[in-house]
Amino acid sequence: MKSKFKLATLRNAVALALFSVAVGVSAKPLVVCTEASPEGFDTALYTTAVTADAAAETIFNRLVDFKPGTTEIEPALAESWEISDDGLTYTFHLRKDVKFHTTDYFKPTRNMNADDVVWSFQRQLDPNHPWHKQSTVGFPYFESMGFKELLKGVEKVDDSTVKFTLTRREAPFLADVAMAFASIYSAEYGDQLLKAGKTEELNNHPIGTGPFVFVRYAKDAQVRFKANPDYFRGKPPADALIFAIATDSNVRLQKLKANECQIALYPKPDDIPNIKKDPSLKIDELQAMTTAYISMNTTHKYMSDVRVRKAIDIAFDKEAYVNALFGKGNASVAVNPYPPTLLGYNNQLKNPAHDLDKARALLKEAGVPEGTVLTLFTRNGGGATNPNPTMGAQMMQADLAKVGIKLDIRVMEWGEMLKRAKNGEHDMVSAGWAGDNGDPDNFLTPLLSCEAAKNGENYARWCNQKFQTLIDQAREKTDPAERAALYEQAQVVFNQDQPWISMAHTKMFTAMRNNVEGYHISPLTTNNFATTQVK
Amino acid sequence: MFSFIARRVGLLIPTFFGITLLTFALIRLIPGDPVEVMMGERRVDPEMHAQAMERLGLNKPLYAQYIDYVGKLAHGDLGESLRTRESVWTEFTSLFPATLELSIAALIFAGILGLLAGVIAALKRGSLFDHGVMGISLAGYSMPIFWWGLILIMFFSVSLGWTPVSGRIDLLYDIPPRTGFMLIDTLLSDEEGSFLDALHHLILPAIVLGTIPLAVIARMTRSSMLEVLREDYVRTARAKGLSPARVVFVHGLRNALIPVLTVFGLQVGTLLAGAVLTETIFSWPGIGKWLIEAIGARDYPVVQNGILLIACLVILVNFLVDILYGFANPRIRHHG
Amino acid sequence: MSTPTPVVAVDQSLLYPSPYKEFWQAFAKNKGAVAGLLFMLLIVFCALFAPWVAPHDPSEQYRDFLLTPPVWLEGGQWQFLLGTDELGRDLLSRLIQGSRLSLLIGLSSVVMSLIPGIFMGLIAGFFPKILGPTIMRLMDIMLALPSLLLAVAIVAILGPGLINTVIAIAIVSLPSYVRLTRAAVMGELNRDYVTAARLAGATLPRLMFVTVLPNCMAPLIVQATLSFSSAILDAAALGFLGLGVQPPTPEWGTMLASARDYIERAWWVVSLPGLTILLSVLAINLMGDGLRDALDPKLKNAA
Repeated sequence: MKSKFKLATLRNAVALALFSVAVGVSAKPLVVCTEASPEGFDTALYTTAVTADAAAETIFNRLVDFKPGTTEIEPALAESWEISDDGLTYTFHLRKDVKFHTTDYFKPTRNMNADDVVWSFQRQLDPNHPWHKQSTVGFPYFESMGFKELLKGVEKVDDSTVKFTLTRREAPFLADVAMAFASIYSAEYGDQLLKAGKTEELNNHPIGTGPFVFVRYAKDAQVRFKANPDYFRGKPPADALIFAIATDSNVRLQKLKANECQIALYPKPDDIPNIKKDPSLKIDELQAMTTAYISMNTTHKYMSDVRVRKAIDIAFDKEAYVNALFGKGNASVAVNPYPPTLLGYNNQLKNPAHDLDKARALLKEAGVPEGTVLTLFTRNGGGATNPNPTMGAQMMQADLAKVGIKLDIRVMEWGEMLKRAKNGEHDMVSAGWAGDNGDPDNFLTPLLSCEAAKNGENYARWCNQKFQTLIDQAREKTDPAERAALYEQAQVVFNQDQPWISMAHTKMFTAMRNNVEGYHISPLTTNNFATTQVK
Repeated sequence: MFSFIARRVGLLIPTFFGITLLTFALIRLIPGDPVEVMMGERRVDPEMHAQAMERLGLNKPLYAQYIDYVGKLAHGDLGESLRTRESVWTEFTSLFPATLELSIAALIFAGILGLLAGVIAALKRGSLFDHGVMGISLAGYSMPIFWWGLILIMFFSVSLGWTPVSGRIDLLYDIPPRTGFMLIDTLLSDEEGSFLDALHHLILPAIVLGTIPLAVIARMTRSSMLEVLREDYVRTARAKGLSPARVVFVHGLRNALIPVLTVFGLQVGTLLAGAVLTETIFSWPGIGKWLIEAIGARDYPVVQNGILLIACLVILVNFLVDILYGFANPRIRHHG
Repeated sequence: MSTPTPVVAVDQSLLYPSPYKEFWQAFAKNKGAVAGLLFMLLIVFCALFAPWVAPHDPSEQYRDFLLTPPVWLEGGQWQFLLGTDELGRDLLSRLIQGSRLSLLIGLSSVVMSLIPGIFMGLIAGFFPKILGPTIMRLMDIMLALPSLLLAVAIVAILGPGLINTVIAIAIVSLPSYVRLTRAAVMGELNRDYVTAARLAGATLPRLMFVTVLPNCMAPLIVQATLSFSSAILDAAALGFLGLGVQPPTPEWGTMLASARDYIERAWWVVSLPGLTILLSVLAINLMGDGLRDALDPKLKNAA
């Protein structure tokens, strides 16, 4: 029984009452506890989920969007589109009634039109665009999704029609265009800033078409938005939206319990049972498109032998790992590179049983001497896909010790680990991946293709021609059934060659108060509050 | 006096340059560059990487980069953050008041309590109070500050609910950041109860951060007072029949304070280091977190100039303390 | 009138206790210091005989006993006196094993900064024209940077690990030794015995190491105990930030870092390592205090 001496809540109540009276409406602000500070608000420049939440989902829209809570595409700024028969031309017809935000630093003189779409893509595509050099490190998603090679051109046909020309067929293209980096900016605002020589304002005082208008960012503390009354889908029910930045998950939970925030993102898996028991709180959960895995460097000694890889796979007790790290039921043991919710998941494949004797036999057969040292690189903090990599590493260490392998765990700072892993210095590296657009190719090409093996993104440095051919074909075809069949075959190849130990597919959880409605948890790990309200 | 000050200032300049060189070298020695970290696990297109490095000026030879850097510094240009493109100075001034506010609160807490405890312990030497104060203050700087913070949070915020768990102020208050000092801004704003709320949020972090300075000041005051109380002039003052209070506070404390002052100055460095950990635990949006994240993101301008600014501050404080010490103690003035 | 009895001349120096005995008597009078010494002996004992003293293997994961409470709480087991951590490892064994690391870190970082520190301090004191101020400027620069950030940067460059942690801590502690030595040296250099030695033709090394240095040792010894304890705290802070020793090594500070998530459910995983750090550092500081009081002649006659 907590002490009733809660000065804070008393003051909160008084303040809240006064605040509501001042605002004049019974609509309360929606406060969301987030896990990190946004890197900036020019969402095309950044890759993290929290920046997408704070910018792309609030301030901006894209040509198409994912239906809330799914990976299906629905119209957004484009009300309809046509794809040419050869799959190389996409023509989007834009809505005519979308307004940009009006703030004290910008007043739009026209509605959103094709100029804005062209501007948003050209600045990332065209090296001669005046804004291309304004970014500091480039446009990470645009580059890594291969749009530089994929997009031949983006042209305005008329004020409300835009034509995209591709260099090859790309089935996931529509899904790609629903991603944060494809957000539509105001060309007028861009011109205004360029003329005034204040290009950094695009990042610090953003303008978009989205459900919320940027008010203020108190660095590392909170982001404040207010509802956009002219939002084309209707004004959001929440009058004001506040992101409270609390990096510690304990703090987020404590704030949620005290009703300081109504939604807490990324609760700790261990806290889930407690939250479920609490009558004033509830949990939304969904299978996320994530995989936590250990990539084995197939170019290193011992690791190049598939028997060794299989031995390690069956020596590691995945069930125990998933239970200890995530808690029972909060994650599922992984078999394939991507989770079952994606197209073409091969249900027939299963994990071999945890068998230490068999593992020892395999290692002996492969000629691995007792006491061989293998390195495992892991980062020193957690991420969404893997909240506690060192814990998993230590469990594997204990398991492998039982079969005569000494695991040397190298905990490294994130930047250093990235560099070394991409250089292939590891025997094994602990990694995770979150899908961006719901397409299997988004998992397989960046992580397991031969191209990725060359540039280091494929930590396993695994290049299997059969696999590569299968995923190349699947990327080109548009018929989902055909693609599914190809992906199933690809997974069989993957399973036989075992470049990874697929560990877990996590679930997405969001904790909130009982009176929050209209929140749709998304498998893409993004959070959109356009329809959320506190009753 | 003037030559003393001039000499001290003269020594500052090479120190300043040394710091710029050290931070420049340190951050560049850490493996990984900003572009790679930004891309994360995604692939880095070599052409794009080269272009970005060129844009950032990072492909030039190191000595050229250093000359560029120092040149900009000479014009007062602290550069822009590689991540947000906001000027480093702007970011610093938006975050530093939070750290400063916390540090000042911690120092006030430590100073008042420490001086009091030290003086009383010195007066009642050998008593239970004396041993108690000494024991507690020894414990105070024997413990890991982050553990202490976690324990206090566990006890006072979570179990008892007496203090808030994190942050500078309740989120429902929209306080425009006029000075950056929450206590001042809340007074300037027209939100009811916000000042008290800000104070409420400040208590626990200030206590945690101020624990070590409290311990050091208490001990220093005590030993300094003990020395002073043995002096002849104190005996004379007592013999003259002055009241004990007057003896202690007017004659004794004034002289005892001199070494305590030096300690005060040195604590600034400790406070800034402790702030990094305290800010992490209490989600206090100050420069500690900013710098640690900048190191992780290889945001060179932020790391170099952020650390430079802090170092300047520390040097400034030590410099002032040196001067003050010189004022108070003529021997130092002439032989230092 | 009595015949004056012949008085045997007694060698006065025999009546005074030897300096070591004198030191020990002064030290033993300080109850706190003795308590600290005893606790430290306990820690040293644990460190030396850890494999035999610890009830379990510190790395053994009892997967069925994750987060068991200490024996005096509900759900506690006699098997695990102080409970287990999030991977099911016995906390008592890990704390005992951790004492090895903490002592190792403390000792090696002190040695690694003491020796160069004394050396540089001596040089700075003996060559006050150019070399001295240069060295002092360098130390000023290092002192101007917040020590934790400096340590973080060093570990980021060298990579995490036990040795690199020790190096980082040693580098960060260096300036205080240099300053202390230099101050002490400069104080001694004006003394008569130094002038006498110089006149007697002592070479520079002899002057530095044999004549002057032994008389500067007192404050250095005290500083050494202080930095021993702050080395343990610094290692814990680095471990807390995730930059310390590699798992599964049971360093006390790293144990705190991973325990942060369990503060509500399993408070013992947080409190006990922190308490151990507190007690050990407290013990060292008590000893350091006692040392300083015993070595400082001014306080010898104070009541």
